[in-house]
Amino acid sequence: MPNQYHEAERAIAGTGMGGTMDLGVDEAETLGKRPGPDGGGPQEPPRSLWSDAWRDLRRNPVFIVSALVICFLVLISLWPSAIASGSPLTCDLSKAQQGSQSGHPFGFDGQGCDVYTRTVYGARTSVAVGVLATLGVTVLGSVLGALAGFFGGVWDSVLSRITDVFFAIPVVLGGLVLLSVITSNTIWPVIGFIVLLGWPQISRIARGAVITAKQNDYVQAARALGASHSRLVLRHIAPNAVAPVIVVATIALGTYIALEATLSYLGVGLKPPSVSWGIDISAASPYIRNAPHALLWPSGALAITVLAFIMLGDAVRDALDPKLR
Amino acid sequence: MGRYVVRRLLQMIPVFIGATLLIFLMVNVMGDPIAGLCGERRCDPATAARLEHEFGLDEPVWQQYLTYMGNVFTGDFGTAFNGQEVTELMSTAFPVTIRLTLIAILFEVVIGVTLGVVTGLRRGRPVDTGVLLFTLVVISVPTFVTGLLLQLLLGVKWGWIRPSVSSEAPFDELILPGLVLASVSLAYVTRLTRTSIAENRRSDYVRTAVAKGLPRHRVVVRHLLRNSLIPVVTFIGADIGFLMGGAIVTERIFNIHGVGYQLYQGILRQNTQTVVGFVTVLVLVFLVANLVVDLLYAVLDPRIRYA
Amino acid sequence: MRGATHVRWAACAVAVALAATACGGDGDGGSDAGAVLSASWGDPQNPLEPSNTNEVQGGKVLDMIFRGLKRYDPETGEAKDMLAEKIETSDSQNFTVTVRDGWTFSNGEKVTARSFVDAWNYGASLRNNQRNAYFFGYIEGYDQVHPDKGEQTADTMSGLKVTGDLTFTVKLTQKFSTFPDTLGYNAFVPLPRAFFDDHDAWVKKPVGNGPYLVDSYTRGSQMSLRRWDAYPGPDKAQNGGVDLKVYTDVNTAYTDLMAGNLDLADDIPAAQLKNVRTDLGDRYLNTPAGITQTLAFPFYDDAWNKPGSEKVRKGLSMAIDRGQITDTIFQKTRTPATDWTSPVLGEDGGYQEGLCGDACEYKPDEAKKLIEEGGGLPGGKVTITFNADTGSHREWVNAVCNSINNALDDERACTAAPVGTFADFRSEITERKMPGPFRSGWQMDYPLIQNFLQPLYYTGASSNDGDWSNQEFDDLVDRANRETDTAKAVGLFQQAEKVVRDDMAAIPLWYQNGSAGWSARLSGVKLNPFSVPVYEQIKVS
Repeated sequence: MPNQYHEAERAIAGTGMGGTMDLGVDEAETLGKRPGPDGGGPQEPPRSLWSDAWRDLRRNPVFIVSALVICFLVLISLWPSAIASGSPLTCDLSKAQQGSQSGHPFGFDGQGCDVYTRTVYGARTSVAVGVLATLGVTVLGSVLGALAGFFGGVWDSVLSRITDVFFAIPVVLGGLVLLSVITSNTIWPVIGFIVLLGWPQISRIARGAVITAKQNDYVQAARALGASHSRLVLRHIAPNAVAPVIVVATIALGTYIALEATLSYLGVGLKPPSVSWGIDISAASPYIRNAPHALLWPSGALAITVLAFIMLGDAVRDALDPKLR
Repeated sequence: MGRYVVRRLLQMIPVFIGATLLIFLMVNVMGDPIAGLCGERRCDPATAARLEHEFGLDEPVWQQYLTYMGNVFTGDFGTAFNGQEVTELMSTAFPVTIRLTLIAILFEVVIGVTLGVVTGLRRGRPVDTGVLLFTLVVISVPTFVTGLLLQLLLGVKWGWIRPSVSSEAPFDELILPGLVLASVSLAYVTRLTRTSIAENRRSDYVRTAVAKGLPRHRVVVRHLLRNSLIPVVTFIGADIGFLMGGAIVTERIFNIHGVGYQLYQGILRQNTQTVVGFVTVLVLVFLVANLVVDLLYAVLDPRIRYA
Repeated sequence: MRGATHVRWAACAVAVALAATACGGDGDGGSDAGAVLSASWGDPQNPLEPSNTNEVQGGKVLDMIFRGLKRYDPETGEAKDMLAEKIETSDSQNFTVTVRDGWTFSNGEKVTARSFVDAWNYGASLRNNQRNAYFFGYIEGYDQVHPDKGEQTADTMSGLKVTGDLTFTVKLTQKFSTFPDTLGYNAFVPLPRAFFDDHDAWVKKPVGNGPYLVDSYTRGSQMSLRRWDAYPGPDKAQNGGVDLKVYTDVNTAYTDLMAGNLDLADDIPAAQLKNVRTDLGDRYLNTPAGITQTLAFPFYDDAWNKPGSEKVRKGLSMAIDRGQITDTIFQKTRTPATDWTSPVLGEDGGYQEGLCGDACEYKPDEAKKLIEEGGGLPGGKVTITFNADTGSHREWVNAVCNSINNALDDERACTAAPVGTFADFRSEITERKMPGPFRSGWQMDYPLIQNFLQPLYYTGASSNDGDWSNQEFDDLVDRANRETDTAKAVGLFQQAEKVVRDDMAAIPLWYQNGSAGWSARLSGVKLNPFSVPVYEQIKVS
């Protein structure tokens, strides 16, 4: 029933306070139950759902716009110097807080660094944090969730309780506590932290999806034919459980980027010489009255990026969910 | 039903122990809190040793945890570094945060559900697209940017409201902070209601009700809304815990002396007792809220029976 | 109370509009001795016991509810007798203190010699866990009540003796000529019997002998202080009281001041300084305070303590454009430092403008050359560690790093390394884990040159966080402390300061000013040399 939406939506919040159902109501019904290929044999990849979805997406303007924005972001993350000639670390205090001027369209921040250059270079860090954290969360979450869902029993109970433990701890609080001791100035601690507190979200989704997929006739049949555990999971169950995970992960990606900014605002996020939107937004927030441009450009870039990922996730979900067509 | 509640209560025990142990370990990882107590100088070793002993920091972590939990069950949450009992801190902080949370939830329910119903019934129309886009923007802009902007515009530039909240924190002063705190959740509630309404609108029971010739508002309120609210209730239930513990940013911006403020101070001063104490209560709130939501499920949806 | 005040103020405003009479401002006509003002505050970190309070927020309260033997003049910083009738000594080691008659605590109890001796013994005693115990370290018998290891063997210090109702003697372990001048510090105030008899109640609602009484205290959010009408001292409060309100973030306090919800905000945040003139006009104050900011070095790390290192340290100092940073980041609320003390000491007190010379001026070319001569930065890099949770440290450390990078033509030479919390920052310093220079702020305890040098640079001193050690310096300080002639003592301290300079034991950055802004209701707002508002002199109209 509606729980799947709940999980998906909840994931966006990046709060770790997830759904509450581990009872008689079947989880992950909406997406997970879709048997994928109607009559598609176990040897055949579940093409129809995906090709259907793809046909749908190609015609969805929301998808096209967000995909273009994301492509652009990825490109400037890889080659920021293509559109920004200066260095984000070159700062001249005598120009502090000055507004837009020729060669410096976004003006200067409180340290006299060029806001345009820093905003362009900030994309790399923010996108890297988002993508790597999502990757980590997805891998860890799906593996654990799938194991719990597939084997059930004690595995499942233990994992469900661990998941609850992580959900019970507010994310911002955990970030303050864990990251305040970190002195490393790379992006890894922040990524590690997000993975540590983010995996239960995906693991719940994956668990539910695997439980549903496991009950399908063709899986039962494959099992009866003596297929090994790994073959069952990889060939028969995973292809059907992957859709809900992808949807949630895409949406979560946007929120992880926003979470990095919030952590930086509280002083425990990324550290210089990393250049990130979160660092710049938090540095500019006290100067909101005198130099609003230094706050608005990185905030705008952040908002557009998060928006793009959430809209992409939305579009993908709509495409994968035939009920709403 | 009774057996179900008992089972759930039993399940809470390991979660409660796990969560408090986790936060206990996390706070302990932060290192030596005593060094920060003596200002810009080294504490003299004798005093430092005594302080460590007084706060029980000279024992191994597991023993500290056991002692602490033992005390908690007798109602003793320990003492903060400034000599104040943590329970006393709680008695001033929780009422403020509960008020803030109530306002936030009110916003979520009233505005979120209304917008959700309106857009859900008019899927694809301009009003739907507009609201949808707006919710996306609200979700995308970090709370602290929204909060600072609103505080500057409404509080300072236009002078409509007090930019900060006084120590009594009455309801009227908490309206803007409540809205800021609720903003992201509000956007989710809107989207959730919208999806749910749109989905249920095509269900058989709604078609039946319409075919019976029931008035439109009756169909919407009695049949459609009641069934569509189930995921929303779940969300809001889970949100209570999040709002209470996640108000760190909002409480900081508006100078509200609630739970988020105490937690933030506790973390800055590495005050194990304060942080663990507050988190313990928050974990309990979270667990109970979840249980209540699951029970509400049965009330809202007669198809669900707990055994 | 506040409602009434508002009405009166409004009436006053109307009167101004109608009759154009002077109302408010400096004129006494509008001042209301019964009116209460609200002021910004921070939650004190430790219990509000005098010998337990080592930061400015708790210090604010103690300054209002206590008076000690000496009091530092709010303007000049000079230590003047307050409760002390006289403090006599013939050898700079044995002192006889006579307490002035007629002082009482606000609960009616008389202030006697015993009030002091008991308070000091309490402060020194190990079992009371007082953070400021070391202030009593010069008194004979401190070792017994506060041993470095093990249990204390005595409850009272043998160096303190009550010799009459109002007289007591103090015996120090060594000659310390300026000892009487240190007695204005909070740790040395007298305590009433109520403090010892019902300690819990006292801490909840402290009782002292100052111009204000604590009316109510809600920990973590507000303390209401009211004028004590029967206060026997000369510096009676000019207003009806002060409501201290806790702010987590100085920015919010400033926002509240602008919105009219707060009367007095001290410590204006750096980011708001640019607006102060337009927001507040003349209702803003920026005066020197006894606070210096330096960069200390980890001398325990061989990379920073090898032959030639002093050239690297000097080079770094010359790569910092202090003038531009104090102008831009701090809007002139800091003054570039040219020595290791503070201007609030005055020339006679030992402040020497320009003592640092070229080494404290921005000379990028020479900086580069010196650093190269000294063997370059260790590993080609330098990180400046600081705590990011308070003050405007992040802004200036970034600016210092940018300045160094620009001077050295290497945008990755200097990195700012924030530490999340002050507690962690301190514990890393205490554990001697600093990888490079680190922020070191010093707020004086009392306005003596000794306080700017000995605690920071003497071998093994409590705030010598970099473990700098120099025999010549130590000898000069010892000699200065023994010297009975004040001028000669100051001269010796200045010689010691030159030793600090020649080795560049720490890079002086700037002298910090105290800043405050206030609402139109207030007049007569001043900050003392400790950057604490002189509350009792504020008039409310």
